Amino acid sequence: MANNTTHTTEYKVLVRILLVLMFLTFVTISVTSLNLGAFSVTVALLIAGVKGFFVLSYFMHLKYENLLLRILVALVFVLFAVIVLITFIDYAYR
Amino acid sequence: MSEKTVHVEVHRDDEASKLGMWLFIFTELLLFGGLFLVYSVFRAEYPSNFHEGSLELSVTIGAINTIALLISSMTVAMALTAIQKDNKKLALALISITLILATVFLINKYVEWGAKFEHGLYPGSPLMKYLDRGHLLYFSLYFFMTGLHALHIIVGMVLLTICLFKVRSGNVNSKSYIHLENGALYWHLVDLIWIFLFPLMYLIN
Amino acid sequence: MSEEFEKTEYVSYLEHKGKYTGIRSWIYTLDHKRIGLLYLYAIIALFFVGAILGMLMRIELVKPGETIMKPQTYNGIFTVHGIIMIFMVVIPGLSVVFGNFFLPILIGAKDVAFPKLNRMSWWIYIIGCMLAVASQFMKDGPPDAGWSFYAPYSTTTSTNVIMATFAAFVLGFSSILTGLNFIVTIHQMRAPGMKFMNMPLFAWAIYATAWTQLLATPIVGITLLMLIAERLFGIGFFNPDLGGDPVLFEHLFWIYSHPAVYIMILPALGVITEIIPTFCQKKIYGYKAIAFSSLAIAGVGFLVWGHHMFTSGMSDQARWFFSFLTFLVAVPSAIKVFNWLATMYKGSIDLKPPFLYALSFIFLFTIGGTTGLLLGSVATNIQVHDTAFVVAHFHYIIFGGMGFAFFGAIHYWLPKMYGRMYNMKRATTAWVIIFIGFNLLYFPQFILGIQGMPRRYFDYLPQFQTGQIISTVGGFILITGLIMMVYNLVQGARKGEIAPANPWHGSTLEWQIPSPPSLENFDEAPVVKENPYDYE
Repeated sequence: MANNTTHTTEYKVLVRILLVLMFLTFVTISVTSLNLGAFSVTVALLIAGVKGFFVLSYFMHLKYENLLLRILVALVFVLFAVIVLITFIDYAYR
Repeated sequence: MSEKTVHVEVHRDDEASKLGMWLFIFTELLLFGGLFLVYSVFRAEYPSNFHEGSLELSVTIGAINTIALLISSMTVAMALTAIQKDNKKLALALISITLILATVFLINKYVEWGAKFEHGLYPGSPLMKYLDRGHLLYFSLYFFMTGLHALHIIVGMVLLTICLFKVRSGNVNSKSYIHLENGALYWHLVDLIWIFLFPLMYLIN
Repeated sequence: MSEEFEKTEYVSYLEHKGKYTGIRSWIYTLDHKRIGLLYLYAIIALFFVGAILGMLMRIELVKPGETIMKPQTYNGIFTVHGIIMIFMVVIPGLSVVFGNFFLPILIGAKDVAFPKLNRMSWWIYIIGCMLAVASQFMKDGPPDAGWSFYAPYSTTTSTNVIMATFAAFVLGFSSILTGLNFIVTIHQMRAPGMKFMNMPLFAWAIYATAWTQLLATPIVGITLLMLIAERLFGIGFFNPDLGGDPVLFEHLFWIYSHPAVYIMILPALGVITEIIPTFCQKKIYGYKAIAFSSLAIAGVGFLVWGHHMFTSGMSDQARWFFSFLTFLVAVPSAIKVFNWLATMYKGSIDLKPPFLYALSFIFLFTIGGTTGLLLGSVATNIQVHDTAFVVAHFHYIIFGGMGFAFFGAIHYWLPKMYGRMYNMKRATTAWVIIFIGFNLLYFPQFILGIQGMPRRYFDYLPQFQTGQIISTVGGFILITGLIMMVYNLVQGARKGEIAPANPWHGSTLEWQIPSPPSLENFDEAPVVKENPYDYE
C-alpha cells in the first residue's frame, strides 16, 4: 500500500503557474477582438487547452504521477474529442 | 460457530483513494462533455446568434470569476504543500482563502443571473419564446452549463470545508493528507471546467 | 498491497456474526459476497416482474385489436418492461452479482477497494428501483414513451416521464460507482504476484465492463437531465420549434446506450470463458486474444452508436461511418467464439447444466450477432428498423446471450456461493424447456419483422397472427421453464446436498477455497500461479 508518496510542489512553482494562467487568460480575452473568422473557436480552445494542461500537470499534480494515470487522463479527453468529431460527421453533412 | 473478532483492517490505501477520485473526475468531465457536445452542435448551427448572445454577458465579471478560480486553485494546491510541510496554520489560512474566493465566484454568479432574471431572461420565461432560436438555445445553454457548474462549486466548497475541519482537528496532517489531496483535485476540476466555459460562453466572436 | 497476511479460522460468510443480526446484517453489510447476493435477489424479483409484463404483452398480441388492454396501457407496459429489464436487470446484471461476489476472490483479495461505497451502490440501486416503481403509480400515469424516451414525444407526453428518467439517473449513479470500485479493486488489490496477465478472464471482462460503466453512463446522466429540463423549462435543445434537434437527443441517448449493451454482454462473455474450460477439462485457448478482445469491444463499442439511427435523418457520411465501425466491432466478439470452439476441440466434455447454458449461449448469441449484421448494414436496416426483427435480434443477444450466461453463471457458482448443490436432472429439464420456449417465442419475430410487423404496435394486420400466436405459446413455455429453474436453484441453495469445494474440477482460484467462502475469502495467503488456470 503506497501512502504519502505524493511529491511536494514548492510554493514558488505554484505562483509561477498562476502567473502563466493569468497571462493566458489575458491573451484569450484580447484575442476575441481580433477577427479570426472560422479559427476563433480553434484558437480559444487551444488557449483553454494550454491552460488546462497547466492545471492538470502542476495543480493536479499529473506531472509527478505515474504514467498509467497520465495515459488514462489523456484517453478520456481523446474519447470525448472523438465522440464530438463523429457527431459532426452527421451535422456537417446534413 | 465461534465468536470471531474480525481483524478489521484500518489499512489505508492512499493510492487507491486517489485513483478513485481521478476516476470520479473522469465521470464529471464526461458529464459536462455532454453539454459541451450540445453547445458545439448549436454554435455551429447558429454562429451569429451565439455571438450576439455572448454580448449580453459581462466579460469583466467573467474575467474576475476566472481569475478568482485560478487563484483559488493555486491556494488549495499551496494548502496541500503546507500540510506536507507540517505547516497547519498556513494550510488553514490557504483553504480559507480558497473558500472565500469560491464565495466571490458565487456572488458574482448570483449578480449575473439576477440581472438576467430582471430582464425576463430565465429558462422557460415568456421572453425566451420571442427570441431568435439561436439566442434561445444560447441562453438555455448558458443557464444550464453555468448552473451545473455553480452546483459543482457548492459541492467543492462543502468538500473543502470538511477538509478545513479535518486539518484543524489534526485528522489531516503531514503523514495522512489524502482527503485534502482529493478535495483539492475536485476543486481543480471545477476550475478546469470553467477554463473552457469562460471563453465559450463569454468570448464568442 | 504488502500487508502481513494473518491466518484465520474458517467461518462461512453466511454464518459470520458481525455487528448486526438478522436483516440488518444484510442491509448494513460491507461484505462483497453478501452485497452480491442482495443484488441477486433484487434482480431475480425484478426480472420476474419484467417477465410478467412481457407475458401481458404477449397475451395482448395473440390476436389483432384489443385483447386484454387498451392501447395506452400497452404503451405503458412496453415502456416499463424496457426500463426494468434494461436499467434494473441486465445492465447491473452479471457485474453486480458475480462481479461483486467473485472479482475479489479471483484476484486473491479480501474485498473490493471501497466496501462502504459498494454498499452505497446497492442502496442507491434500491432507491432508483423504488423511484421507477413510483413513476408507475403517480397521478400523471405511467410513462409511455418507450424506454428510449425519444424527443419530441418524451418531452411533450403528459405522463410521469420526469420521475422515470430521474429514476434512471439515480440507477446510473449506482452503475458508475460500481464501475469505479471494480477498476480500483483490479488496479490496487491483486494478490502479490498477480500481474494483469495472470488474472482470470472473468476479471478481465469485469475490468472492460467497469471502464464502460464509468465513462459512458455520465453521458446518459446529463441527457436525462436535459430531458427533464426540456419538460420543466422548455430549454429547446430537442425541440425543432425552438431551434433544437430531436436527432440530437438520439445521438446523446445512444452514445451511452450502445456502450450499455457492452456493459450487458462483456461480463457474460467472461462467464462463458470461465465455464467452457472447466467442462472441457482443458485450458482456455488464446488467453491474450480473449483478454484484449474484451478491451477492444469496450473501446470500439463507443464509436458505433449511430447504427440505431440509420432512419433518423443523419447524413449519408454518418451512416457509412457507423455501418463500417459496426462491422468492425463484430470481429473481437467473433474471436471469442473461435477461441471457445478451439478450447472445446479434443476436450473432455461434461454436459452439466452450466455447460448446457454455455453451449446454448454460443448458439443463441451467434443468431443474435449475425442478425445484427443485417441491422448494421444500412440498406437492409431500412427494411427492418423498428420492426419485430429488431425485437428478436436484441432478445437473442440480451436474453439468449446475457440471460443464458447469467443462468449458466448461477448454475456454475451456486455450489461455491451456498455450499450446496441443486438437482441436476431438474436443472437440465428446465434448461430444455427454457431453450425450446425461448426459440418459439423469439424466432417467429424475425420473420414477422421482415414481413413488416412493426414493434411497439398494439394492433396489427391479420396476416401476422400465426406468428404472433406461436410466439405467445413460446412465451408460456419459456416462463414455465424459468419458474422451474429458479425453484430448483432455490431448493438447492436452501436444502440441497452439501457441495464440495470443487464440484466441477475447476482450475481457477475460487475453487481452491471452501464452499461457502469464509468472510475474508482466504484463510491463508493465496499462492498466485502465473497461469490463472493452473490452480488444482
